[in-house]
Amino acid sequence: METDKLVEQASGIADGARALVGKAEALMIQANQLAAPVPASGGDNFVFYFTIFVLAVFVGYYVVWSVTPALHSPLMSVTNAISSVIIVGALIAAGPVDMSFAKVFGFIAVVLASINIFGGFIVSQRMLSMFRKKQ
Amino acid sequence: MSENLSAFAYLFASVCFIMSLRGLSSPTTARRGNMLGILGMTVAIITTLAAPGVLSYWMILLGMLIGAAIGTVVALKIEMTALPELVAAFHSLVGLAAVFVAAAAFYEPAAYGIGTIGHIPLGSLIEMSIGTAIGAITFTGSIVAFGKLRGTLSGSPVVFSGQHLLNAMLGLILFGLVLWFCDVESVYLFWTIVVLSCLLGVLIIIPIGGADMPVVISMLNSYSGWAACGIGFTLSNPALIITGALVGSSGAILSYIMCKAMNRSFISVILGGFGAEGGGPTDGMDGDKTVRRGSAEDAAFIMKNAGSVIIVPGYGMAVAQAQHALREMCDVLKAEGIKVRYAIHPVAGRMPGHMNVLLAEANVPYDEVFELEQINRDFASTDVAFVIGANDVTNPVAKTDPESPIYGMPILDVEEAGTVLFVKRSLSPGYAGVDNVLFYRDNTMMLFDDAKKMSEDIVNALQAI
Repeated sequence: METDKLVEQASGIADGARALVGKAEALMIQANQLAAPVPASGGDNFVFYFTIFVLAVFVGYYVVWSVTPALHSPLMSVTNAISSVIIVGALIAAGPVDMSFAKVFGFIAVVLASINIFGGFIVSQRMLSMFRKKQ
Repeated sequence: MSENLSAFAYLFASVCFIMSLRGLSSPTTARRGNMLGILGMTVAIITTLAAPGVLSYWMILLGMLIGAAIGTVVALKIEMTALPELVAAFHSLVGLAAVFVAAAAFYEPAAYGIGTIGHIPLGSLIEMSIGTAIGAITFTGSIVAFGKLRGTLSGSPVVFSGQHLLNAMLGLILFGLVLWFCDVESVYLFWTIVVLSCLLGVLIIIPIGGADMPVVISMLNSYSGWAACGIGFTLSNPALIITGALVGSSGAILSYIMCKAMNRSFISVILGGFGAEGGGPTDGMDGDKTVRRGSAEDAAFIMKNAGSVIIVPGYGMAVAQAQHALREMCDVLKAEGIKVRYAIHPVAGRMPGHMNVLLAEANVPYDEVFELEQINRDFASTDVAFVIGANDVTNPVAKTDPESPIYGMPILDVEEAGTVLFVKRSLSPGYAGVDNVLFYRDNTMMLFDDAKKMSEDIVNALQAI
């Protein structure tokens, strides 16, 4: 008798799960439909990215105020290095197989950003490794 | 790589960047912070390389190798005194990279999912042109700043009549061009915007004098961030937007701190011309101006008999490369049981925090180095203030003379110390063009010599006593 009950319960749960999967699929389709027009129209999700931007400015504000003044030079070189994350745009431009103006521009930008990435992080590391406590 | 996965990877990279700046809150966590920055960058690059549009790798690899080689060599070879110009040069590269990425997006919009040539959505066009303009301004502005810091260009401000009007006109024309460009999407207009912004970048920086360089370099830091942000909007890439916003606000805060440390408004720094009229020293005590000169032996004797000494380094120390000799001198003093500390004014040097790096380079422990607010009260109870290569940041007229151009600037109260030793090459005024009344005080002794040579001479004299 016990086993029958268990089986019943199990099949009940399975049914529930199946229903959930169906719902999830429906949701996914809906989400896709919602998301699909976005890349085509570009600027429509501006508000979304603008929200990210404003929040990031606030994060930056509080994080940077907590930086000790003694490390303001490394702060500049680290921020300089991380702003070279602009290389992601350059990589996309330099990525296609066919040669084009855009690919050349992308290549130049990859070189410029790489100088910054390597130069910025290395010089920051050099600076930071010099800050020592009293022995 | 699926879109969701790459979105998570970019988010991870952004968090790494935030944590890397957070790490800089203390020297003990700073190195880990830098490593997190490197990790974030690596993740962002790998994620992009795995994007469906990126198919050909040889050119990317070549570009990164060239960049890595140049960047590594430059970063390893650079002298710490030349740090400000290196940072200015790096800023210019970010600006130029932003221009090229925007150009690539304009020529090949499909690759970025922003329509097709001639049919780019309005929003993307606006973001693109703003990113381009800020990038181009950062590019040429940083080159001018680089030239001024390096000494290739004269550090004195270049001013001419109608300058601000010209800049304002150019700004307005640029604004009009951006609107026009958004309407017609013309290639020619795109490059006109680039050229005009480059010109504006030069014009904005040339009137700003050498003393204001800490503000300029922070400001350009901020601009390079906003340029990255603009490109981030064009590419709809949150990692770029977040990072750009972090860098932008960081530079803005540093500019604010620097302006406050000089008691100048940001607007007056931007309008420039400071230090140009450095002709007549503004004081009314001519006639009885006698200075007490001292030798290295005198200085050694005074310091040896002192209980505590506060060192006030300035840009002159950096120019003379005197930090190592100075630290040696302090080592000898410390061995005598004398308490030695360093006091740093926020605008000492040519970029924020420059003095701290130079002292760290000379193996001065960072817990002997203090900021203005931390140490200013201690001058009164200190026997000797040893000012080496600093001038304006110690001038008491900033507190007493409302007519003075540096009035209201927070200064280090070295006058309160028992004896003030001034290492300086001559009596010439500092960048602000103001005579320092401290030179003529009874408790001041002037040590006329090169900062490095004087420090070495004092070390010899100390050992001879």
